Amino acid sequence: MALRALISRLLNIVVTLIGVAVVVFVVIRVAPGDPIAMMLPPGASDADIDRLRALYGLDKSLVEQFFIWVGGILRGDFGTSISIRQDVLGIVLGRLPATLELATLALVISVALGFALAILGARWRQTRTEAAVDLWNGMSLSIPDFLWGLLFILVFGVLVPLFPISGRVSPSLDLGYATNFYLLESILRLDGRVFLDLLAHMALPAIALALPMAAVIAQVLKQSLKEVMGLDYVMLARAKGFSDYAVIWREALRNAMLPTLTLVGVQFTFLIGGTVIIERLFSYEGLGNLAIDAVINRDLPLIQGIVLLFSVLFIAINLAVDLAYAALNPRLRHG
Amino acid sequence: MGKRMSRPFPARLTLAGAWLAIVVLAAIAAPLIAPHDPLAQDLLLERLPPAWVAGSEPGYYLGTDSLGRDVLSRLIYGAQIALVVALLAGGAACLIGSALGLAAGFFGGWTDRVVGRVIDIWMSFPPVLFAILLVAVLGTGLHSVIIAIAVIDWTRFARVVRAETLNQSRMDYVDSALVAGQSPLGTLWREVLPNVLPTIGVLLSLEMGIAVIVEAILSFVNLSISTDDPTWGGMIAEGRTQIHFAPWVLVAPMIALFLTVLSFSQFGEGLKDRIDPVLQ
Repeated sequence: MALRALISRLLNIVVTLIGVAVVVFVVIRVAPGDPIAMMLPPGASDADIDRLRALYGLDKSLVEQFFIWVGGILRGDFGTSISIRQDVLGIVLGRLPATLELATLALVISVALGFALAILGARWRQTRTEAAVDLWNGMSLSIPDFLWGLLFILVFGVLVPLFPISGRVSPSLDLGYATNFYLLESILRLDGRVFLDLLAHMALPAIALALPMAAVIAQVLKQSLKEVMGLDYVMLARAKGFSDYAVIWREALRNAMLPTLTLVGVQFTFLIGGTVIIERLFSYEGLGNLAIDAVINRDLPLIQGIVLLFSVLFIAINLAVDLAYAALNPRLRHG
Repeated sequence: MGKRMSRPFPARLTLAGAWLAIVVLAAIAAPLIAPHDPLAQDLLLERLPPAWVAGSEPGYYLGTDSLGRDVLSRLIYGAQIALVVALLAGGAACLIGSALGLAAGFFGGWTDRVVGRVIDIWMSFPPVLFAILLVAVLGTGLHSVIIAIAVIDWTRFARVVRAETLNQSRMDYVDSALVAGQSPLGTLWREVLPNVLPTIGVLLSLEMGIAVIVEAILSFVNLSISTDDPTWGGMIAEGRTQIHFAPWVLVAPMIALFLTVLSFSQFGEGLKDRIDPVLQ
């Protein structure tokens, strides 16, 4: 990416981030409930209330509160959770690994499934196989992750109890891990029992998240594979005796990569957004589940921290995709 | 544009339309057709299985939940809430998003930049979390759910309508109208809007399905209307806790939700195939 384009992209991000901070702040300060009142036992004196209000900085003007809040964030201080009474950043970072691992597993599943479906449909184009792929894609697209999750809970949790339907890891396993990246750490420790247990817990929520995204990837990739396969140089390769799969593998896939990459970026942010309700559904102890608890408890500092972290994650993914696109696209690389 | 393939669902408009008609009729005629009061609890009748399973009671066709409430009646009354949310939230998101999209696409310049920037900011929030947050802030209740969905989902309309308006604005007929002395606003209203309308219709159908799901999700996390009132999401939440004792409490609203969401999206896709080559 040309330097100027990069700088303007980064400036855009700064403006968007400021906008995000303003929206989060405004939305939360409109809240009618008084979080301070909820923290105190009934019968607390007005002086107690005022003292607590001052402690959380809620006695200052809104503009002052905003700048204090933003200033704190820039120093890494996201405030103190009202319901858990701990540092917000610490709580949020403690839960982030669970959500990242779930989202990454879902991403891997959806890319693998999406590519498999696209290649299958393109190889057997205009046959019943392609029609079946299209039907499957249409179904997975029409059914949101929430419904997929419910369906899996019903089918695999109750009718054919193959997988656990709640939690992140079996309570009987005493992990004692150093980090909260359980899956990663279990791989590094070569701890097969824990690894499989984690995977079993993540399987259903991850697949529920992955199916709609896999369908989008499959649709777009299949279309562009089919277009590339009609081009002269691909026809030539086939005339030379390369098999259909070889042509797809060596030629068509490489050309279809760029449009798919952009798509994967956008879809990945949707997938991460979906973790909020999917984690709730499967009682998976990640950031999304924490966010819903925070909303129910009216824990403003915690909600702010989580929403902000999600936004930063979204913006970072979009930037990463842009950079990857620029790095991979020969036309932009030398531009 | 690639070759058209044979359609997996040639009759999908009809099928989707038929199910939606059933839901609309059920919602309107709920007091007439519901066999029981959807709120009536009877602990002697708790967790009755559906009519085709041994141990059922006559008159309780889909069984009862853990408080002895009739599942079928709750399902029928739940259709009312689903439809109200689909129409009002979908309609409001459509109005806001289309107006901003039309303005941004037609006038360009700073209007476009401001709208584009706000869309960028909006897209940086996870929508479900944003909705939960808004409802928590506005207070639970149907009006909060509707406002939250409209406030979040207008961007779906704004992005597409903006692009489509931009395409239309470059066409000769717009210039001719302006040269002929029509005001810009008049041109936008009389010339451009009718050409963008099919796109808006398709988006609206898709959005109504999304609104139904979001309402169900909000009911599921107990942030929609009161838990006694029959909503499909509330029934799902109740069914989730009873899954090992009374799975039918979960299955019935799931199927209703599934068919309704599928129908809205297939109806939209069907419309898209019929009327609008640009969207494909």
